[in-house]
Amino acid sequence: MSFESMMFIDPHVHMVSRTTDDYVAMKNAGVVAVIEPAFWIGQPRTNSGSMLDYFSWIVGWERFRAQQFGIRHYCTIGLNAKESNNEKLADEVMELIPRYAAKEGVVAIGEIGYDDMTKLEERYFGLQLELAKKFDMLVLVHTPHRNKKEGTLRSMDLCEDYGMDPSKVIIDHNNEETVKAVLDRGYWTAFTIYPGTKMGNERMVEIVKEYGSERIFIDSAADWGDSDPLGVPKTARLMLERGISKEDVRKVSYQNALDAYSQSGQFNEEDWLNRPLIDQTQTYNGNTVLRGGSKPFIEKKGSDKDDLIIE
Amino acid sequence: MSDSQYRTTIQQVRQTILSWLEKRVAEEKLNWIKTTGENLMGEPEDWELFTSFSAVPRHTGKAMADLTDQEKAEADAQRAGWKPGNWRVDDLGRVYLLLCYAEQGKEKFLDRLEKIFITSDMNEAVALYQGIPVYPWPESLKLRAAEGVRSNITTVFNAIALDNPYPKEYLEQDPFNQIVLKALFVGSPLFRIVGLEERANATLARILVEYSQERRSAGRVVSPELWRNVGPFIDEEFEEDIKWVLSQTDRLQLKGGVMALLSSDYSGKEELLKEHQDIVREIEEKNITWDDIGKEFEAVSG
Ligand SMILES: [Zn+2]
Repeated sequence: MSFESMMFIDPHVHMVSRTTDDYVAMKNAGVVAVIEPAFWIGQPRTNSGSMLDYFSWIVGWERFRAQQFGIRHYCTIGLNAKESNNEKLADEVMELIPRYAAKEGVVAIGEIGYDDMTKLEERYFGLQLELAKKFDMLVLVHTPHRNKKEGTLRSMDLCEDYGMDPSKVIIDHNNEETVKAVLDRGYWTAFTIYPGTKMGNERMVEIVKEYGSERIFIDSAADWGDSDPLGVPKTARLMLERGISKEDVRKVSYQNALDAYSQSGQFNEEDWLNRPLIDQTQTYNGNTVLRGGSKPFIEKKGSDKDDLIIE
Repeated sequence: MSDSQYRTTIQQVRQTILSWLEKRVAEEKLNWIKTTGENLMGEPEDWELFTSFSAVPRHTGKAMADLTDQEKAEADAQRAGWKPGNWRVDDLGRVYLLLCYAEQGKEKFLDRLEKIFITSDMNEAVALYQGIPVYPWPESLKLRAAEGVRSNITTVFNAIALDNPYPKEYLEQDPFNQIVLKALFVGSPLFRIVGLEERANATLARILVEYSQERRSAGRVVSPELWRNVGPFIDEEFEEDIKWVLSQTDRLQLKGGVMALLSSDYSGKEELLKEHQDIVREIEEKNITWDDIGKEFEAVSG
């Protein structure tokens, strides 16, 4: 199995903020499927209508857009921690979630969790755990940037208070401080390779060396910030170069995310193995991502080794 | 119960859809649909409607329904012009559930239906727009149908535009004309638009001719189907355009031009047809229709 033939899943990436160049680059780098967790979009929402349109966007147009570039797109639906602090908005969004939760390709309730660990954040985190139980869905938990360790432990406590089975919960944005506790308690343990604020990929190599590849997987969480949508394939390559076995690399950059999210019944390998050929006739020429005559895929370039490290 | 176009009743339409599902879905899955339908006729909470509508493909799969000729005839017997021949099994299940929910009455049904439309994903939107001809209170769905015509996803546009009697029955001239022009633009076959002849109008003829001129100057092919709605309105104004069609070398294009002239009562018609008597004869001998032209063009343009 050469690196070139490897398939990758980016199980956490906000494609609504990314360009078509990113789709092309991801496709060329071997990314076959992405999961887009519902999150905040930088500019605060002031009414639930903008959340409704956003949910429709990630189950609708963005999925369609991804398909035009040969990438399968899934999403999670939920109210994020930050916007849980706007009580009126939050109550209205809670009413919207059931309208999206059972749609095709919705793989979890998420990303939910704590940001500043306020009372309101905890309330809507709990209400959404309840919904997940009611709809028998997986949960994707965003752990806070500040006070990460405490936030992560409290998140797991709350999940257990609501009777969630840890095998149905993905705890994301882990680091060296949280990894052991999350693994020990039986949760899926995800790491975000994000320049600056979260994990660098050299640190990630060390984590896999120390903790192995069971229930661990990586994502880019690329969004509107200075982030890297090639976080998963670049880190996979770096791991191979630094002596981690191909099987372990495959697990953390593909198989474990597949195992975790396929529990939803909405995330199936056949979707991309038997992907229909990219079909331009599905698009409306007046308003599509591909204009008449344009070619979606650029030549595959040899990847530049100097580009590989994300700090 | 409604201003619907049923030839029978909503109960019988539901029964018919259920009988089609019975032949295509395993018993246990069918029971889910039946129980869910009964629940939606009772006192369901909103989330039950929303989640069950979304969840249908998990139970039915997403295969083509491939209705038999007899079943297609049943469809037409329930509701004139209803053509579910290209529906999938999950489309049938979804529309069945909505028709169950219709028992909640006009106000509630229309409100929740619009909510489902607003949040629909692509496959849901296709099922929803295909189902429009069999919903009760169709008079209230005109704006929604016109919104479907504006979709920028061709499969969704096709769900309202093709094999669907609703637009010809309920849409004003402008949205109907938009359907025809947009179908040409996105390469959808015109012969599958229901009611083309009945809704032919001079404005549409002019729009189509202008579109053909644009395509011509860009050196692009136009569908020979374009001339179907131009034919009855040919006069001096369009003579140059018809002459241009008749100067083509492609035989299918020529047939389109000749068919258009044959359907017109333009005084210069015989003069224009003089050089194309072989095609006139072929059309008469083989009884060629506009649908044949459309199908042949669809086959060659793939
Ligand atoms: Zn995120």
